[in-house]
Amino acid sequence: MEKRVFFKGWWLPALLVAPQLLISFVFFFYPSGQAIWNSLFLPDPFGLKTEFVGLDNFRFLLSDPYYLASFKTTIIFSTAVSVSSMALGLYLAALADRLIKGAGVYQTLLIWPYAIAPAIAGVLWLFMFNGNIGLASYYLKALGYEWNHTLKGDQAMFLVILASSWGRISYNFLFFLAGLQAIPKSIIEAAAIDGASFWKRFGTIVVPLLSPITFFLLVVNIVYAFFDTFGVIHTITSGGPEQSTTILVYKVFSDGFVSQDLGSSAAQSVILLVLVGILTVIQFKYIERKVHY
Amino acid sequence: MKTIKAIIASLALFAMFAGTSAQAKVEIQWWHAFGGRLGELLDEQVNKFNASQDKYTVVHTRKGNYSETLNAGIAAFRAGQHPNILMVFEVGTASLMAAKGAYVPMYQLMKDAGQRFNPKGFVSAVSGYYTTTDGKMLSMPYNSSTPVLWVNKDLMKKAGLDPEMDLSTWKKVGNALDAAKAKGIDMPFCTCWHSWVHLENFSAYHNIPFATKSNGFAGLDTELAFNSPVHIKHIQTLGKWAQEGKFKYMGRRNEAGKNFRAGECMLMTESSAGYAGIKKEAKFDFAIRHLPYYGGTEAPQNTIIGGSSLWALSGKSKEENKATAAFLAFLSRTDIQAKWHQDTGYLGVTTAAAKATKKSGFYKSNPGTDLAGIQMMRNKVTQNSKGLRLGSFDQIRGIIDEEMEGVYNGTKTAQVALDSAVKRGNVLLRRFERANK
Repeated sequence: MEKRVFFKGWWLPALLVAPQLLISFVFFFYPSGQAIWNSLFLPDPFGLKTEFVGLDNFRFLLSDPYYLASFKTTIIFSTAVSVSSMALGLYLAALADRLIKGAGVYQTLLIWPYAIAPAIAGVLWLFMFNGNIGLASYYLKALGYEWNHTLKGDQAMFLVILASSWGRISYNFLFFLAGLQAIPKSIIEAAAIDGASFWKRFGTIVVPLLSPITFFLLVVNIVYAFFDTFGVIHTITSGGPEQSTTILVYKVFSDGFVSQDLGSSAAQSVILLVLVGILTVIQFKYIERKVHY
Repeated sequence: MKTIKAIIASLALFAMFAGTSAQAKVEIQWWHAFGGRLGELLDEQVNKFNASQDKYTVVHTRKGNYSETLNAGIAAFRAGQHPNILMVFEVGTASLMAAKGAYVPMYQLMKDAGQRFNPKGFVSAVSGYYTTTDGKMLSMPYNSSTPVLWVNKDLMKKAGLDPEMDLSTWKKVGNALDAAKAKGIDMPFCTCWHSWVHLENFSAYHNIPFATKSNGFAGLDTELAFNSPVHIKHIQTLGKWAQEGKFKYMGRRNEAGKNFRAGECMLMTESSAGYAGIKKEAKFDFAIRHLPYYGGTEAPQNTIIGGSSLWALSGKSKEENKATAAFLAFLSRTDIQAKWHQDTGYLGVTTAAAKATKKSGFYKSNPGTDLAGIQMMRNKVTQNSKGLRLGSFDQIRGIIDEEMEGVYNGTKTAQVALDSAVKRGNVLLRRFERANK
């Protein structure tokens, strides 16, 4: 039996949802509307004059091979960041969950990197891999490996993935650990008595029971990789070399705020908006079905 | 009761006077891009001005690197929160020139303020950059430099080379690099500002166009032209050196300067203004040489400037504009200019400052510091060596940097990279033309 509560009249419910609606309007609908409107114009940087160009900004973008390449870069980057940080987070959580002594210390230390802002994390990794003074690049050189991420695209990509995933591992660790601790010990013990090995128990019991959390983390991590990694990329590579680390959101920034091409930047925001919308629909429509709550 | 009233009245009166005397000083804002040693020297100039009179106060703020300062200024202008004076590097000049209404032209500012100001006092190779085709000066040259070759003499000796050897052509430089590599020198060659040195100045120096329409001076319908055989030959050479480990790429801006100052790099092409830092930090014997060129071309013509000028942004009160005019006139004073030139390695932008420096014997006691000036003014300027005036140029430089990275890491030939940079850059020029018709 489901319990339903009915409100009489309309003003109380309207009042209750008003703050949420207001926030959505101010922080979502209004800026999105602005972006869509601006994407139809070609303004000069100072905002002194502007020209209506229709869909020309979109045509300009879609004929730019570097913009299309940026899609590929974004897919590689966000997949690598989400998968690596979730896998490592889960692995560490599984290990920490088995700890008997000193669990609190380990857990605290593993969560620590999450407290570091992306831009700062970027600078830290940049220092380690700096071609002049970096410790990591020094040792790599001693091993005979030439490290120069300012010139080599794959190295630059590796570095931004590393720096972006690092703090994220802690976040994923935290959620996975909570998820693991919520799994009733009795089920696992029963399986153990039946002779299932650790990995067998992990694969057939733990992973399915963790699926709601995994799904939640997947959505959150992809959104993170799409938007919040800006600080890391800006501090480490500024999108280079040869735009090899320019993900879509970084291109919105660099075209809009570095190159002052606000029309193109707005058009990119609109495309990004549509893209994220599609992604979210796909995730909830197809992946969520496989989740057991 | 009466006494209390009297006290209040006198207090109020006092407050009023105190208020007016504080208000009497007009405060103006200057946004710039200088940190480190240059920032200290800039601060010194501002303090000197503030102490020299009691009507105006200049407040200066560093807004990041050149590009960041320009962008901060533009964003602030859109929001109506802009400073009185904005430092704009030479790459942003065309963008500002096209934005009529965003700035008060220099000649106008000085005339309105009744400030004595002689635009003819500036070296024409510098002021030409910031002057309209009909001779009206729009912004005030602040710091200007030109690229030169920096030599680490100690490393030359270590490589078994004569530190005084002829390095006037790229061929001779190439021979020196071969020798250095053979002797195990880790970084024989490095460079700062790739596009500025190896394409922009390279074009002027060899008297070939970087872009059509007199490098953009003659109209917005200009097209890039830096994919000629001479350009390709040079970039291909740099790419080859990179592949052979003779040239190490350290970054797009002046990152390589660190390696040179630390004594790791033997030969470096960098702005003459690298002087301030190198003189302060280098623990080795160094020398300044002219930028190398290729024989059998029209080189050496003359090199062009990099650096910044100061723009008076519009929308400020008459009083504030007066203060701005007074400050800019102060900066162009001969003693200020001469000191700046000698401290930083930037060119003396007024003829009087260059003369005063020569008279003081500075060039004699600091050999090589006059090379930049000579190199820039060695010939009558041609259409190809006057400078560049291209819209969206910061962005185009970004494209050039990207494509050159492709050559250095061996994924592209110079031909492919420069053709692609020209093509991509032209798209932006057309977009700029359209937005600024």
